[in-house]
Amino acid sequence: MQVDWFFILEKVLLITGVLIISLVVAMYSTWGERKVAGIMQDRLGPNRAGPLGLLQPLADGGKLFFKEEIIPGASNRFLFILGPSLAMTVACMTSAVIPWGDTLTIAGHTVSLQVADVNIGILYIFGVVSLGVYGIMLGGWSSNNKFSLLSSIRAASQIISYELAMGMALIALLMVTGSLSLKDIVEQQRQSGVWNVFVQPLGFIIFLICSFAETNRSPFDLAEAENELNGGYHLEYSSMKLGFFLFAEYINMFISSALMSTLYFGGYHIWGLDSLHVSPNIVTILGTLVLFIKTICFIFFFMWVRWTIPRFRYDQLMRLGWNYLIPIALLNMLITGGWILWHQH
Amino acid sequence: MGMNLQQVVFGILSIISLITALGVVFSKSPVTSVLCLILTFFTIAGHYVMLNAQFLAVVHIIVYAGAIMVLFLFVIMLMNLNAEGEPQKRNWLKYAGAISGGALLVVLLAALREASLPSLTPASNDIGLIANLGQTLFKTYVVPFEVSSILFLSAMVGAVVIGKKEH
Repeated sequence: MQVDWFFILEKVLLITGVLIISLVVAMYSTWGERKVAGIMQDRLGPNRAGPLGLLQPLADGGKLFFKEEIIPGASNRFLFILGPSLAMTVACMTSAVIPWGDTLTIAGHTVSLQVADVNIGILYIFGVVSLGVYGIMLGGWSSNNKFSLLSSIRAASQIISYELAMGMALIALLMVTGSLSLKDIVEQQRQSGVWNVFVQPLGFIIFLICSFAETNRSPFDLAEAENELNGGYHLEYSSMKLGFFLFAEYINMFISSALMSTLYFGGYHIWGLDSLHVSPNIVTILGTLVLFIKTICFIFFFMWVRWTIPRFRYDQLMRLGWNYLIPIALLNMLITGGWILWHQH
Repeated sequence: MGMNLQQVVFGILSIISLITALGVVFSKSPVTSVLCLILTFFTIAGHYVMLNAQFLAVVHIIVYAGAIMVLFLFVIMLMNLNAEGEPQKRNWLKYAGAISGGALLVVLLAALREASLPSLTPASNDIGLIANLGQTLFKTYVVPFEVSSILFLSAMVGAVVIGKKEH
């Protein structure tokens, strides 16, 4: 059997790199969240562990690891552990189809900064997102606590409801780009210089709102409305298993920010980058940096909204999803179809 | 060994799908059954990928593992079906089941005894890719495709009507 070792090594390194970066970004998002909250509420935020409180995530992680681990007596032990593991695994899976940059040329080999350029990239994301419900449902049910169960059902129906509008926003985007591959979508924006957000403004707004709902972030964070409902589907969880659920949320936030930058904001493209007179490798690296800056801006936006807008009530959340977002998404599809037809003739 | 990589992967996938499919039937707890069924769907999606039908594989996961099985889980969790709560079947029901299952097996064996698979010569290996599938669905088979979508719409309207009846 002919094995391309360089290819395997390249992919293993890339997957490891993407995973580590996702984890580090998620880790420092927890720090960023507190800093942003602190600034918005005229406080200092974390400032004890290390300079600017930069070691705070490590201290938090250590604390979670050393906390006592309690598995409720009447729970299903296997499913209780499977829940947070699934939440974490699924959160890490989406990063495989996101193009983190163009190609690098190393020692005559062309290395693509994308783990898998499949021709069904967007559908893959759909598939992974739809699997995200299982971690929440299994975790809530296996706790054998009726409040956890109610909360997990609430979170699951929220995710399922907003998946529909999100899908329809993406269909309208597909009609414009004509490709399901994320790499193609970025390259089209790069070639034309027009980001999809200018072509699909309504679709982007729908996608943005749905991302907030899918990641269980405020104003849709009913899953963890401690004050008026209860601790959520992770009520019975403690130690690092709770940490996994909370951490998965931050990874999801990072990935959906990267996804929005890729789909609607040109990915690793910025105007003027391709006309710089430097070697292609440097252009690629700068492009990757550009993508990360865009992503971090979106993460900041997520936090900004969290500390600005109050939480929806459950019936308002459902009404927004089914009565407003889905019809608007359908209308957006119709307008896009009409626009394409008009352009063809 | 005359086996190539594809055959090895096929063998492993088939074994896992058989084991998980048996797990669906034999497990006592309904939640374990559902989880086994989800695994079965994943292995079947793997078979689709082996047949170069990525689109089918992903849609299979989205529709079955992502949507239908979530509904199954919803129902099982809300009704709180447990292994202990399962009603014990009467003995005559078990015998009736065994006899009718055996009869079905005989009929199937008789029907399939003479059957032989004609060697398949697909027009193209790429029919499962999304571009080709779209062309086929929306050009060659556009009428049956649209008719089936009307069928789904009527089923949805029916479900809404039944749900609204109470008010």
